[in-house]
Amino acid sequence: MKSNVLHSQAQEAGIFSAYHRPEFFCELMNRGEDLPEALRQVQERLAHFDIKELRHRTANAETQLYRLGITFTVYSDREAIDRVLPFDVIPRVLTAEEWAFIERGVQQRVKAINMFLWDIYHDRKILQDGLIPADLVLKNANYCQAMVGVDVPGGVYVHINGTDLIRDRSGRFLVLEDNARTPSGVSYVIENRHMMLRLMPDLASGMPLRSVEDYGLRLHRALCDVAPKGVENPQVVLLSPGIYNSAYFEHVFLAREMGVPLVEGRDLLVENHHVYMRTVAGLRPVHSIYRRIDDAFLDPLAFNPESLLGVPGLVEAYRRGNVTIANALGTGVADDKAVYAYMPRIIRYYLDEEPILGSVETHICAEPEGLAFTLANLEKLVVKPVGESGGYGLLIGPHATESELEDFRQRLLDNPSNYISQPVIDLSVAPTLCDAGVEARHVDLRPFALTGKSTWVLPGGLSRVALRKGSLVVNSSQGGGSKDTWVMSV
Amino acid sequence: MGDVRMTQLSPTSTGMLSNLNTLLSRYAESMMWLARYMERIENLARLIEVTEAFVRGPDGRTVWETIVQINSDEGRFQALHPAATEQDYIQFYITDLANPSSIKGMANAVRENARSARPLISTEMWMHLNVFTRWVLDLDPSDIRRTGLSALCNRIKQDCQTHTGVTEGTLYRDQAWLFYLLDRHLERSDQITRLIDTRYHTLLPCEEEVGSEIDTTQWASVLRSAAAYHAFRRLQPVTTTPANVVGFLLKNEGFPRSLALNLRQTDAVLAALSAHYNLRRQNYAIQERLSELRATLEDQTAEDIIIRGLHEYMYWIQEQIEAIQNEAAAAYWPPIEKLHVPECYMEQ
Repeated sequence: MKSNVLHSQAQEAGIFSAYHRPEFFCELMNRGEDLPEALRQVQERLAHFDIKELRHRTANAETQLYRLGITFTVYSDREAIDRVLPFDVIPRVLTAEEWAFIERGVQQRVKAINMFLWDIYHDRKILQDGLIPADLVLKNANYCQAMVGVDVPGGVYVHINGTDLIRDRSGRFLVLEDNARTPSGVSYVIENRHMMLRLMPDLASGMPLRSVEDYGLRLHRALCDVAPKGVENPQVVLLSPGIYNSAYFEHVFLAREMGVPLVEGRDLLVENHHVYMRTVAGLRPVHSIYRRIDDAFLDPLAFNPESLLGVPGLVEAYRRGNVTIANALGTGVADDKAVYAYMPRIIRYYLDEEPILGSVETHICAEPEGLAFTLANLEKLVVKPVGESGGYGLLIGPHATESELEDFRQRLLDNPSNYISQPVIDLSVAPTLCDAGVEARHVDLRPFALTGKSTWVLPGGLSRVALRKGSLVVNSSQGGGSKDTWVMSV
Repeated sequence: MGDVRMTQLSPTSTGMLSNLNTLLSRYAESMMWLARYMERIENLARLIEVTEAFVRGPDGRTVWETIVQINSDEGRFQALHPAATEQDYIQFYITDLANPSSIKGMANAVRENARSARPLISTEMWMHLNVFTRWVLDLDPSDIRRTGLSALCNRIKQDCQTHTGVTEGTLYRDQAWLFYLLDRHLERSDQITRLIDTRYHTLLPCEEEVGSEIDTTQWASVLRSAAAYHAFRRLQPVTTTPANVVGFLLKNEGFPRSLALNLRQTDAVLAALSAHYNLRRQNYAIQERLSELRATLEDQTAEDIIIRGLHEYMYWIQEQIEAIQNEAAAAYWPPIEKLHVPECYMEQ
């Protein structure tokens, strides 16, 4: 009883006094049930801050991030501008039970994705059994011919996976999309925690938070796990496009956390189908490559001959099993937005289990019924191009103008197989410091899973927040920010 | 100096044995450029400041041309500014990004190299360089007017010295540190010969006066340009002769910017690379050249050097330093066609 009294007092006090009880599922304030003890404690502590203090600390965070160079680069015609990903000082909190559920769900999904990729590059049983249209896989732009018949170590294609999760009005976790190529953002998970502990020690102290510290160690271990057979002390490297890449900070971060060299294409060399790096003492062998370069730029001999970022001969060295590339080539088929629609079936097919995490109902415009439904309900749907990422080129029906809808209708008719559509999901919200005070803003969650001999999920993940009122787009390129994600250990 | 002692630590005590020889060539190159450009920025800031205050011609006006001469920029500068004003000199050397030897141009190079070496350098080093280079890159001529040239140069100098301190205190002592030191000492060696060469001939065109006492203010400005004034005073409290000044800057073993000290430290760095990182073969040519260079310096007095031809000797040293840098490049980041897979790695 006592806790309930405290609960309501806390809600009315301090920074939450003007918090509009949103109709959406709110991660901290409104879960449609009694608040779990862990969250109640966070809420109570937060209520004692005042807005001025929070603003002061936010400004402080921004200065620190800028100084530390925790930035991504935005290129305009003439110059490169280093931007800070806005950091919200109010954490997003997950209970131990919620996390256990997410963790199992992500592990299941990663396992199914890896089995699916093995199958489509070997026997193609799933296609023969007619569970998924063969064209959708084999004619997919991301299907990689060079991978056919290649036996990747441990059967692992997706060593690093990011699963974008959202919560609907009832708080149910749904997968919005899989990121099985080169998912980014994990550096922010760890740096956000550091920022939180520096800026808000009075909020975080004594809280039973799961640590996010050993990501680098685990990543290194996973990359050693999948190194070519017979190599005793594998040399791992991180392959980056270089200092002008917008995610260069994250590449630096991960190389440092793993304690391995950050290399560019020009630092590597293939001779006799083995990969070497150029050191001051001459050439030294390389065994596992965590690449942050897209498939098409990896090897000018195999793919884009114009690419200066890649390493000539790398793909053939890989096919012969002399080096491991993580993630494998051709994983883009698995995170394709149309293949996404089949993911529940893929999970059942390979694992003989029900999917733990829900999916968003998806209409594939390549199919006549899907296209007809999409065109008839355009103003109610979210329409996404299948090959794009970063929140570019999508239509949010309810927010679109008449002419935008018309324009999109034409695009759909011109190239239907480029699109899928989904109902608008009422993403959950979390209290966020905004210009007018603490307000509800929509959030998502991207947990990161590492797979070597087994799959490990970093407790938490990147919580992105759409800073514009009412916006559902959380991408950093579209005005999103981020929050520290707290997973409670009890 | 702490540097030398640190380079003599055995690899066992630094825990580096299992991970020998994995420094990427590109990192070594970036560390060398980083050290070189930070040295140059500090030197240029000091030179501008001293020139403004102390370097006067017979008519009492500031002689900015000396800075152009030290940097061997005569051709480029005259083409841009045929009738140069004081503002032209200052902008060319501070805010002109298109001039690679301006403070802004060099800060830009520092930034690129620091970004390349960011996986290697300490967070504190990166944070300081990040803020410093961004500040310099945002400077414009109105900032110079507002702050005052001397105050601005002092702030730049201090930032360079902060960098040196942060680096000393936080950079892990492995090969990256040694390559950093290598170019710091080579750059200081080069800079001191350029300073002596340029100023000596403007101050003392004829040879008779080598041993005589001369215009103290102007020779003091030479010493100040190398941050050597008070150290020199302590050593030579009575007479300021050109030979004494030249001898101090070239041969003194205690002054951190003297040629002798920097060549000795270069030698210590190379010895550490050879002994602890198994780079004897790569270093062979460089160490030979350096020994010869040090021998010529030890065998001559300052008076000998001046009488035999100061300019020729300074020029020869600059050539030797350039040759060392080229040999280092050939040894440590050779062109791709010169690379071979070592036999021990052939069968994997």
